[in-house]
Amino acid sequence: MIRYRSRQSLISFFLLILFSVFSVITLFPIFALIMSSFRPGTDLMRFGITMESLLNRDKNLDNYRELFFGERSLFNLWFRNSMIILMLQTSVTVFLTSLVGYGLAVYTFKGRNVLIGLVLILMMVPIQILILPLYKMMITMKLMNTILGVMLPFMLSPIAIFFFRQFCLGLPLELMDAARIDGLSESGIYFRIMSHLMLPAYGAMAILEGLRSWNNYLWPLIVLRTTKKFTIPIGLNTLLTPYGNNYNVLISGAVIATIPIIILFLMFQRYFISGLSSGSVKG
Amino acid sequence: MKIHSKTKRHLVPYMFVAPFLISLIFFYLYPLISTVIMSFQHIVPGEVEFIGFENYAKLNDEHFFIAIKNSFVYTTLTIAVLIPIPVIFAATLNGKKFIGSTIFRSVFFIPSLVSVVVAGTIVRLIFASPDGALINSLISYFNITPQKWLMAGKFHAMFLLVILATWRWTGINIIYFLSGLQTIPDELYEAASIDGANTVQKFLVITLPLLKPIVIFVTTISILGGFSMFEESYILWQGTSPSNIGLTMVGYVYRKGFQSGDLGMGSAVGLVLLVIILVLSIIQLLFWGFFKRSES
Repeated sequence: MIRYRSRQSLISFFLLILFSVFSVITLFPIFALIMSSFRPGTDLMRFGITMESLLNRDKNLDNYRELFFGERSLFNLWFRNSMIILMLQTSVTVFLTSLVGYGLAVYTFKGRNVLIGLVLILMMVPIQILILPLYKMMITMKLMNTILGVMLPFMLSPIAIFFFRQFCLGLPLELMDAARIDGLSESGIYFRIMSHLMLPAYGAMAILEGLRSWNNYLWPLIVLRTTKKFTIPIGLNTLLTPYGNNYNVLISGAVIATIPIIILFLMFQRYFISGLSSGSVKG
Repeated sequence: MKIHSKTKRHLVPYMFVAPFLISLIFFYLYPLISTVIMSFQHIVPGEVEFIGFENYAKLNDEHFFIAIKNSFVYTTLTIAVLIPIPVIFAATLNGKKFIGSTIFRSVFFIPSLVSVVVAGTIVRLIFASPDGALINSLISYFNITPQKWLMAGKFHAMFLLVILATWRWTGINIIYFLSGLQTIPDELYEAASIDGANTVQKFLVITLPLLKPIVIFVTTISILGGFSMFEESYILWQGTSPSNIGLTMVGYVYRKGFQSGDLGMGSAVGLVLLVIILVLSIIQLLFWGFFKRSES
């Protein structure tokens, strides 16, 4: 028995080392990005990220100064645009998809199974193929180059609806009957009772939908026309030209672009795995 | 009065699903139908002409086949990497005695938070062409000649794309699989231990079969994600990769639809993409016996 125990702990120790090595490899690119952001942009353009850019102690904040206070830098505007979209889109999407998923899970009604089937099929439709007609639609609706145009078409993600439905299947439905006897309306049941039980699901989806909105690329690239209206990803990519020497702004912008979403992740992290695990499995 | 409140009761579920119905009609059905119509049209500003299957006939084109092949290879490789590795990682992290499991989960998840522009920029800079750039200086320790990674050809190109996908998505798949593992009751493992099963046997007999719903889900989203990949290659090559080594199907939709302004042709490519994804997803679901009645 004792020998068995020690073999067991030897394996655990070995796994711990192995996972630590994987962790270092995983985090290394981000570490390299951060370290290089304190080095001159001309270096990066000519040589890429080198050992030199990691180890050299001659580091300064010039790139960040240029990013935020540079005369021609539009980063502050891009940051603001991205923030507005992140907050609006995430909250609206999470709220609306939770309503739909909840409705599909707790009520039986005519056409419910058809709708569930449609949600499943839409999960397999690449939204990229809809961009051409949606582009025409945005022109007709005069929503080109607007924040609303960026958000509107992809407000309801089928994956999030599917997730909320799976999650709500596990809610204690007896509570609803009890609340009905107490005279609570159906919307009251959602807002006053069920929404509290759905916190883990909101948390998990806030992370995933926030991520989707903050990092969204293709659709904003099509809708947004003037540089002042750009979001961070679109803006950063315009700095990535073979001709301009913008690597200094690009690399510090890349670091800053990652911070808000990491904060969002840390904020909702404790709900993340518990929320996902109660949602994604049944079915 | 009573009847009135009863009809109201009936309407309640529809109020909840109304946002979906609206978005379904305006942002899915309508665009889908207009894509189908557009694919039969020749569209130039101010002029639309029905041309039958001409757009589809034009798909018999070298670039289109390169795009399909690239997307197909990319999807296959990402599935081959991004299912087994995360499953094994998740199974290990789920072990009760594994210290630091929470920290490792977060660490592996962090790359998925990084946007494709940022991740692509990192890859461009780490895999830069000069001999002194990070990966090149690393491989020269092992006497491998420095490579012009981005420009070296289709194998290097695919390698970079798969590395990028592995780095970004391993963590998120670990979390999907972990969520599945956490619903497997401990008693099953205990019973197996009493029967004398070792770790590997337990993994094969209990873990994998019970993880099936998640494997199906992850495979489905991987097929979709793989075939609709565009941004990664757009960032790495800025739209124009040498001899189309980074051209994907969505890249081709974008090129035809937006860069050449040929909306009809772009629509036709998009619809072929849709059919490919649906067919592969359905084959996959059939393979797992997803539609069998006994399963549900």
